[in-house]
Amino acid sequence: MDAFTRLTGPALVLPQKNIDTDQIIPARFLTATSFDGLADGAFADWRFDANGDEKPGCVLNEPRAQTSPILVAGRNFGCGSSREHAPRALLAYGFRVVISSEIADIFRNNSQNVGLLPIVLPEDQHARLLEMDGGDLTIDLENTVVIDADNNKYTFDIDGFARYCLLNGMDRLDFLLAESARIEAYEAQHER
Amino acid sequence: MGDEVPGVATRDGAAGPRSLFDKLWAAHVVREETADTPAVLYIDLHLVHEVTSPQGFDMLRERGLSVRRPDRTLATLDHSTPTTPPGPDGERAYYTPQAKAQVQTLERNCDEFGIRLEGWGSDYRGVVHVMGPELGATQPGMTVVCGDSHTSTHGAFGALAFGIGTTEVGYVLATQCLPQRKPKSMRVVVNGRLGPGVAAKDLALHIIRTIGVNGGTGYAIEYAGEAIRALDMEGRMTVCNMTIEAGARAGMVAPDQVTVEYLRGRELAPSGDAFDDAAANWLALATEDGASFDREIHVDAADVAPTLTWGTDPGMSVRLGEAVPEGDTPGRRRALDYMGVTGGQPLDGHAVDVVFVGSCTNGRLSDLRAAADILRGHRVSAGTRMLVVPGSESVKRAAEAEGLDRVFLEAGAEWREPGCSMCLAMNGDLVPAGKTAVSTSNRNFEGRQGTGARTMLASPATAAACAIAGRVVDPRAEAAREVA
Repeated sequence: MDAFTRLTGPALVLPQKNIDTDQIIPARFLTATSFDGLADGAFADWRFDANGDEKPGCVLNEPRAQTSPILVAGRNFGCGSSREHAPRALLAYGFRVVISSEIADIFRNNSQNVGLLPIVLPEDQHARLLEMDGGDLTIDLENTVVIDADNNKYTFDIDGFARYCLLNGMDRLDFLLAESARIEAYEAQHER
Repeated sequence: MGDEVPGVATRDGAAGPRSLFDKLWAAHVVREETADTPAVLYIDLHLVHEVTSPQGFDMLRERGLSVRRPDRTLATLDHSTPTTPPGPDGERAYYTPQAKAQVQTLERNCDEFGIRLEGWGSDYRGVVHVMGPELGATQPGMTVVCGDSHTSTHGAFGALAFGIGTTEVGYVLATQCLPQRKPKSMRVVVNGRLGPGVAAKDLALHIIRTIGVNGGTGYAIEYAGEAIRALDMEGRMTVCNMTIEAGARAGMVAPDQVTVEYLRGRELAPSGDAFDDAAANWLALATEDGASFDREIHVDAADVAPTLTWGTDPGMSVRLGEAVPEGDTPGRRRALDYMGVTGGQPLDGHAVDVVFVGSCTNGRLSDLRAAADILRGHRVSAGTRMLVVPGSESVKRAAEAEGLDRVFLEAGAEWREPGCSMCLAMNGDLVPAGKTAVSTSNRNFEGRQGTGARTMLASPATAAACAIAGRVVDPRAEAAREVA
């Protein structure tokens, strides 16, 4: 996965609460055996009508959506299924960061595993970002801070190991493989 | 150790009373978590299906790795599979060539890596969360994972079971372990007994409404109390299955004699003396008196009634007869509009176009019996399509042995082959746009059962009663009419 250190860019706001993974990518896009080509599935039923034409009025179809690397979404983003296709579809669409006041557990894990940075902010700070009207955000993972266009700073918590992996573009397989001796010992001791 | 005060709960320490979850966690730690690194958690059972595994196997090939424990890995075909029988030529009616290719990919991967696959022709193939328990693969004290959020189902056996993403599927295939932070703990105590005609599904929906669709985020939930103890294993599986709809990855119930008797004689469960030894260990997993939880919720079973969702998340539900909320927030307005439901009125009488009985939530034998008991001697309403999809080949066989298939067919319902089917509609079993489906499945998200489809979640009894009436009705009213 790609490393993430620091990024500045416009944010797209989707204020709806409880945006579930079926919205992020509908199940009909899950029959592929690779993760290629998921961009078309991102929010497909929000963006396109039954004929495949773009729905007017959907912010995801506006030109600025295509160039926004940051998604600010309503509370409890990513609830629902465990499909890793969801964060991967957001990455394919062009997002690198998702900010909410709450992010569902499995989606958050999956995001960290594939290089999409999930940021959880307190309700009041999140509310301010939901109401922002244009302007860039800077996301600084090294210092775990979000900086808005008025130079307001919002510090966020992220698990230290997840941060380390994202900063270094490192997946967790090497971490696990390095534990082989302990795993063998565990299996012997616990008759696994 | 000498200074521990008896009866004082410590969450992780060995000295204080421990919860089921504490015991499950501690027994699977290969390496303790630190401030800098997560715990390495051992996985006893890895369940695999066709949709979320192909890229995990690719990861192994790219890295030149094998499956560490094929004997702890069990695969089946369920999500992308057609629910119509094969044609005279033996060909199955896959929805798309890609769906067929996905199934064939899992068949090849299982062959290449030596994994047991309950595939086409197996007597056990089925929805992965129906199959695992039926085979006795799921056992108390285990850690169970699968690339599917409804893996929480297996917690009904006193296992720590949760859904994972495909990258993590690859990790477990390669190392039989996962990097994990220990979640917080919550206990949901359900006091009293469920009333007549009130199902485990109604209880699950009631709990989600009580704690909210995000109330369980960051937690592992233990369900306890008289009403939980009174549920059979299939009812407990329904409750644990829906745990993820409250935001918690794992839900669990302490093993008891009901658990032990369910597992006795199952193919992959221990047998003979080994079973008795295992059963003693399972019963010792129960939460000890005085164990602490980060959060505890009490629910009165007498408050639970037949329940139906009116909106677009599983927390948006009402008891039958209860008025749906007004559209007083943007979320509620959007949900009412999407569903074609009027705020301020009960759902009772709302027209129902499709009824779906099945899924990992309610596709087991007791669920089919509950639906058949309502349907027996009646017809599905002329304007309504009813699809009954057994959760597995075993469920299908057992249902047919007691004539449930005849009840459904004579009522005018469709009796299908096992699979996930219309729950997530990726196999072509779709609810048309704008149509209302009463479904025994687990998610009523926008478009879940097909683009534009409107889903109302309910118990099998409620679903069957709605099928007869062609509109939303209380199954207890249906039963009352029978008596009259």
